[in-house]
Amino acid sequence: MTNVVLKHLSRRFGDHLAVRDLNLEIASGEMVAFLGPSGCGKTTTLRMITGLIQPTSGDVLFDGESVVGIPTERRGAVMVFQKHLLFPTMNVADNVGFGLKMAGVEKPEIARRVDEILELVELPGLGDRKAHELSGGQQQRVALARALVVHPQVLLLDEPLANLDANLRITMRHLIRTIQRELGITAIFVTHDQEEAVMLADRVALMFDGVVQQVGEPNSFYKRPATARVAQFFRNSNFLPGQRTGNVVTTSVGDVEVDPDLVPEGSGHVVLTVRPEEVQPVLDGSTEGNVVPATIESVIYMGSYTQLEARIGDETWNVQTSAAFMPKDGETVMLRLPREHLWIVRDDSSEEGAVAS
Amino acid sequence: MTTDVKDTTQAAPEYIEEKEKPPIATRWARRLAIVSILLAVGLPMISLLVWSFAFRWNYPDLLPSEWSMRAWSYVVDDSSRVLEGLWNSTQAAVLVTILAIIVGLPAARALGQHDFRAKSTVEWILMMPIIVPPLVATMGIHQIFIRMNLTDSLFGVALVHLIPSIPYFILVMASVFANYGTALEETARTLGANRWHVFRYVTFPAISSGLLVASMFTFLISWSQYVTTLLIGGGSFITLPLVLFPFLSGANHSVAAAISLVFVAPAILVLIMTSRQLSRESSVMGGFGKI
Repeated sequence: MTNVVLKHLSRRFGDHLAVRDLNLEIASGEMVAFLGPSGCGKTTTLRMITGLIQPTSGDVLFDGESVVGIPTERRGAVMVFQKHLLFPTMNVADNVGFGLKMAGVEKPEIARRVDEILELVELPGLGDRKAHELSGGQQQRVALARALVVHPQVLLLDEPLANLDANLRITMRHLIRTIQRELGITAIFVTHDQEEAVMLADRVALMFDGVVQQVGEPNSFYKRPATARVAQFFRNSNFLPGQRTGNVVTTSVGDVEVDPDLVPEGSGHVVLTVRPEEVQPVLDGSTEGNVVPATIESVIYMGSYTQLEARIGDETWNVQTSAAFMPKDGETVMLRLPREHLWIVRDDSSEEGAVAS
Repeated sequence: MTTDVKDTTQAAPEYIEEKEKPPIATRWARRLAIVSILLAVGLPMISLLVWSFAFRWNYPDLLPSEWSMRAWSYVVDDSSRVLEGLWNSTQAAVLVTILAIIVGLPAARALGQHDFRAKSTVEWILMMPIIVPPLVATMGIHQIFIRMNLTDSLFGVALVHLIPSIPYFILVMASVFANYGTALEETARTLGANRWHVFRYVTFPAISSGLLVASMFTFLISWSQYVTTLLIGGGSFITLPLVLFPFLSGANHSVAAAISLVFVAPAILVLIMTSRQLSRESSVMGGFGKI
């Protein structure tokens, strides 16, 4: 369908730089999530793509053509908001058919396409209902249908699932994903929920303070977070500083070996990390392969696993282990930081107050 | 994948909220309130109606001892200028309402939907006519209107009526706009609607009942102006309150009652016409929370 390129995109509100030099290429048919805490500039970016606000500098291109000078109504970038979903004075069919009516499509053709799209979002025969007669989830589907029926160049979703309850959210995620793939629409959505981004998107762009921190496939944020702050946003706050020489990092709790095939080259001060679920307790007394001592600070039994807080050197780590492993508070245990899960992050904790999600 | 989705849909059924009947106590309380309001508004009207046909009505009598059409024939007589006042009042009120819509709608939208520098100052200035007695403002304006040749005219009177009425109009409409937000219009834009289509299909239907109520307020405020009309109209532009006033202090109760009825009739008519909007659109009344 349409590929979208954001080039050196910036937006300033007064003294505040909401989006700073954003560069991103979104392939045709791809689904990209802008992820980040509120106020990080993700919605501003979305609005610049729609043309509802103008960039201070930079360019937005659809299929290689700049759309910055084109007014919103002629861009074909359809936005679905999180609330105020439907036009309250119109019934479902008029809501869904609105875009087609604006495009001057004949009435019988509108009726046919509205019926067709309502079928697709699994709401057949609800055309006569008023907006307020629908449940939250149904309204969400109608809003989605209204956007899809015009065959948008780009589908933009602003926290589309934020107002729904947990069950409905899962259903809607499936629905959005299925339809987006089926129709091959280029879609960009904004969310503060990292789980949602990971489940829905082909690629995620994580933003803090108006700056894209990392772009990549969802699992890259778990396996290879660029910075400590990125790792923290994905619920990993296990950090261990050390001095790197070759493939060996000397830390306060002993030497640890990194995998040169995984970790980029470098030397000097580094920060090591391992995700909580990848840290392994060592029960057989072995000291081979990155085993470090840790003091247990708290043990929480979570049913299917055990959640530990362990002190390694000066750092507090979170560790998820099998439910069978139940050490006592204050006990010293040996933990393995598996070489294949050991990663080096850029230390940005001192730059700006590290944000935990 | 598709069957997957269907399964989860069935697992999580979606319910449509049903409106419940309020409990009996609430229903009776509601009826009681309606009856009291009708009594409070209606009884004085009945008394006025009886007075307007009374020729002699002395203290202990429940009803007048002699009836007459004298007051009403005076009202329709040209020498009383009641009909002239009715016509002028109507013209002025309609013109004020139109001006309020032209001037006030964009202002209300800006106040309701946008944040800008000095917004609170603008809101404060808007409140000024409610705080400062209109007489004070009108005295100053009178001088300027004389120079601009706006006195003694319908337009001049309408302009000066805008001062007390525009704050109410803007506050009501600002709250309507604030309540309705910008997301719907933005959705419509992205769906291909140009600015005119957005107004025609989205904005106007959403604000229309609020606009009706705000216009009603404006109309009625203009309708009941006395001092401002007197000063700017200079006695040559006569409105109903100007005709009515001398009779209120005079001894002729019948004529005063008849003119009063002519005076309140449009107000009641407008109220009845807009009552559905008043009761339905709760956000419309929300503007008064700001005062």
